[in-house]
Amino acid sequence: MDHFLHLLSSGLARGAVFAVFALALVLIWRAARIVNFAQGAMAAATTYVAFAVTTATGSYWLGLGAAVLGGAALGFAVERGVMRHVAGRSPLNSVIVALGVVMVLQAVLGIAFGNDYKPMAVPFSMEPLWVAGTPLLSPYDLYVLGAVAVLLVAFGLLFTRTSVGLRMRAAAFAPETSRLLGVPVSRMLTLGWALSAAVGALAAVLVIPTELGLNPHATDTLFVYAFTVAIVGGLDSPVGAALGGLAVGVLLSMVTGYLGSTLAPIAVLALLVVVLIARPSGIFSARQVRQA
Amino acid sequence: MSAHVPVHVHGSWRRPGPATRRLGLTVAGLALAIGATFVLEPYRAYQVAIVAAYLCATAGLTLLVGRGGQLSLGHAALMAAGAYGFGLSSNALSAAGASGAVRLVVPLAAGVLAAAALGALLGAAGARLRGPYLAGLTLAVVVAVPAITSTFSRTLGGDRGLWIEIERRPDALRPWVGAEQWQAWVAITAAALVLLVLGNLASGSAGRQIAAVRDDEAAARLAGIDVTRVKVVSFTLSAAAAGLGGAVLAYVTQIANPGAYSLVFSLFLVVAVVIGGLGSLAGAFWGALLLVALPEATTSIAETLPVSPTLAQRLEGNLALLVFGLLLIVLMIVAPRGIHGALARARGALRRRWSARGPAPAPAPVPEGAAARAPTTG
Repeated sequence: MDHFLHLLSSGLARGAVFAVFALALVLIWRAARIVNFAQGAMAAATTYVAFAVTTATGSYWLGLGAAVLGGAALGFAVERGVMRHVAGRSPLNSVIVALGVVMVLQAVLGIAFGNDYKPMAVPFSMEPLWVAGTPLLSPYDLYVLGAVAVLLVAFGLLFTRTSVGLRMRAAAFAPETSRLLGVPVSRMLTLGWALSAAVGALAAVLVIPTELGLNPHATDTLFVYAFTVAIVGGLDSPVGAALGGLAVGVLLSMVTGYLGSTLAPIAVLALLVVVLIARPSGIFSARQVRQA
Repeated sequence: MSAHVPVHVHGSWRRPGPATRRLGLTVAGLALAIGATFVLEPYRAYQVAIVAAYLCATAGLTLLVGRGGQLSLGHAALMAAGAYGFGLSSNALSAAGASGAVRLVVPLAAGVLAAAALGALLGAAGARLRGPYLAGLTLAVVVAVPAITSTFSRTLGGDRGLWIEIERRPDALRPWVGAEQWQAWVAITAAALVLLVLGNLASGSAGRQIAAVRDDEAAARLAGIDVTRVKVVSFTLSAAAAGLGGAVLAYVTQIANPGAYSLVFSLFLVVAVVIGGLGSLAGAFWGALLLVALPEATTSIAETLPVSPTLAQRLEGNLALLVFGLLLIVLMIVAPRGIHGALARARGALRRRWSARGPAPAPAPVPEGAAARAPTTG
């Protein structure tokens, strides 16, 4: 039972990170109808930024800030430099171009830092705290959950209470009408990419030191997990992404804890296949058909 | 692209039909390639075998993506299914004391079947999905390959891979034919078979059905096409071709290991078919050739650069990845029809210039503009 509670609570903590990474996918999907296959590699690049800044300055928090700002800059650059030029063609083209971005980023990281694993420091202990004789969350898990909660509240406020958020939603859902009403649609799209990449950068900095290990290909599995979360939750639904993230996090934690960590990618694959066959529009989504 | 389907005149007795002509071309190409192995060094013959193995996979992938509009990032996993299917059955036959052609043909068929079964499963799950959803599903499959091989490490050999006992060249050929040369023959024959089958399929009614489903599912359904069946069958066939490629690769390298069928290799296959030109079997050949030639070229470039040993080693592993990534981005933006499309366009331009010089007056400028713009669709 203790083991179960520990797995459940640590699963919720890692699920929160998956939820944030999936939220970054949902942001771009809602803004541009693109699944950003480069998001994993972009997040790996910004985690190297955090690694380099933390190594140079000795401060974890400066590294974290640099990664988030670097993410925004990278999102801006990828949208303006690459994705913009294939927009409006077949959806396959944008996926393939994003894969090109993945390859370029992974190659540049490999050349700059090498393909071996780099150790990353974390600011809080990862030893679980004991509550009433049961090991539960570690201080680091609590920090992750707090960061995710702040982020989700901030995004909720941004999209529902501010005029920028309203314009972004308008530009995504009715670009023609928004343009007529004076919304700078193209600028909103770029802003969406920058925000999404910053969110992805934060998620990667939170999760890479604990379980993936810093490596140019570290985020390949993270992207697959986040994609699964987005499919389970429904690509159109931020709330679905949050709930789906927690569900996938707990599933992975249970599979790892009871069956072994090598089975985790297989469990995610099985979940993805089952959801796609049984309920292709996502468990938390109201939309009918899943067609790009 | 659908507007460019060539119209063949049937019933004419003077010219052979397209299927006969394709058979003739394939046999001629097969003879030429096999003849060429006699003048190649063993290492080059080995490389020819690798190109032929890749060609099986890229031919299947280019039809799936280009004609069917179904993007698979999991073709490396399908090749792995072919390689492990080949390896397990070849080892089982060896343990049972079998030898001769049986120990070559049965494992190859087992590889094809293993990949086709996985492909049918993915195709069924993917039949309701399009574009990014299918791509994500197949991505999840290829990322799970190392997990699967280490979960079943007792059968599949874990990270180190599965060593394979193979059937070598027949004794009668030994005085004249080298080991690598024989492997190249097997690989070339497999690739020729794949090209023949897929070529006939793509130019026949099945190819038109696949393209119709890609262009407009609702219209295809109205025309009486079973959309789900077409998608599942085309994915299964593409997987079978990739499986044969993986089986041949396992035969040539005598090992099946998860590291060879990584996500990066899957992305390389996608790059190969984009560079060659989506939907074009000739382009699949160019792509497979580049997959072998470019990494070799970048490795030798990395060796000659005056940099530190650490950096040289990093460049060696990543320079090909960088070049392929840049090629992919630039081509998708500038020339989505790839090498083959660019060659076809150049040929068209030459022909137009030629006919403009001839006795017949050049047509009005309108068709030229239309022809230059048309290839950018799809």
